[in-house]
Amino acid sequence: MSLLLDILSGLCLAAGSLLCITGGIGLLRLPDFFCRLHAASINETLGTPLILLGLVLQTGFELTSAKLILIALFILATNPTATHAMSRAALHAGEKPVGDGHAQEESSSKP
Amino acid sequence: MLLTLLLAVALAAIRLRDLLGVVMLFSIYSLLTAAVFMDLDAVDVAFTEAAVGAGVSTILLLASLRLVGRHEKPHRHNPLLPLLVVGVTGAALIYGMSDAPLLGDPGAPAQLHVAPEYLEQAPEATGVPNVVTAVLASYRGYDTLGETVVVFTAGLAVLLLIGVGAAAPRADFGSPGDRMVQRHVVKSLVPYVLLFALYVQFHGDFGAGGGFQAGVIFAAGLVLYDMAFGQSPTRQVIPARHLLRLGALGVLIYGGVGFYSLLSGKAYLDYSALAPDPVHGQHLGILLVELGVGLAVFSVIMLIYLAFSSRRVQQ
Repeated sequence: MSLLLDILSGLCLAAGSLLCITGGIGLLRLPDFFCRLHAASINETLGTPLILLGLVLQTGFELTSAKLILIALFILATNPTATHAMSRAALHAGEKPVGDGHAQEESSSKP
Repeated sequence: MLLTLLLAVALAAIRLRDLLGVVMLFSIYSLLTAAVFMDLDAVDVAFTEAAVGAGVSTILLLASLRLVGRHEKPHRHNPLLPLLVVGVTGAALIYGMSDAPLLGDPGAPAQLHVAPEYLEQAPEATGVPNVVTAVLASYRGYDTLGETVVVFTAGLAVLLLIGVGAAAPRADFGSPGDRMVQRHVVKSLVPYVLLFALYVQFHGDFGAGGGFQAGVIFAAGLVLYDMAFGQSPTRQVIPARHLLRLGALGVLIYGGVGFYSLLSGKAYLDYSALAPDPVHGQHLGILLVELGVGLAVFSVIMLIYLAFSSRRVQQ
């Protein structure tokens, strides 16, 4: 049982870390604000909760795990909202998604 | 590792010309500092740093950036003299460091003087298991009173300089349902934030926490509400004039506890006068004093935030 838990938690931790690294790379490499935001939000919607889940499996059933679950819930509620608010604010401030420009270029160059 | 990150963030903050980015970097810096404090087992300090440094001061800086614009003005002065001053000060500090005891050295003066006495006696003498709270509110009651008065004075100064204007009509851009997501999430989160603040306030004698952190968290909850719903609803909850009274009340509670013990024939801020049993009195005194600190900190932060955010942007 303990071996199984260890394997599961290890998998969660590894997957979470991988997602966080992916998000970090995306944050640096992707072309425009919205894509970067999308990459960054991977960290908090799946990366961090997965890491926290792995830690919960490590701690077992006690107060610490309850706190970790609360932290995960809090992050799941707040960070997507923050991402949403940021993308809305960016759109409002006149930031254009990179796809828009391409679509316009293509449509203008085709005919 | 943490210190390296701190250094990198500090250097980036110096190099960056975009003030919004600098504010964000300072927020990260505070969070890293909190992690360093956590690493040193100073949970209460880390808590304060995270709540004040990374949380509320970032919001206050952002609110002031709204007024002054986000780009730094080009320098007009000669950079040599400031560089010289900073260099000399840094060299003096590093020279002084060479004499300082190592971190965690049991023979360091800080560990030998009054610290052992506090650590051994505080839980029995005050009935408060968290020694940090006991030292802060009881043994060092004068210092904390001074800090509370300083916080209150800062609030007064901001009020005198800027003043809280009428609630600024917030530009509610877009369709009516524009901020629906934020509003729903904020509405469901704010009660828990406020509850947590109360927990930190009244549980500060058992775990990490106390008036400073609780006041900041309570204010942060209301600031969050304010950012999602605009100022008019927030002001209906707590009008600005009541905030000032609340802050004064906080300082008054602190000072009043001191005067009560003075009138009972004990020294100023000697809480054992508050109850027949001295230990009980100490505990009660610490609770009351922390409440005063919490009220003062909360109302001052709210006042400063309202003062900044109600001001129109000057063109």
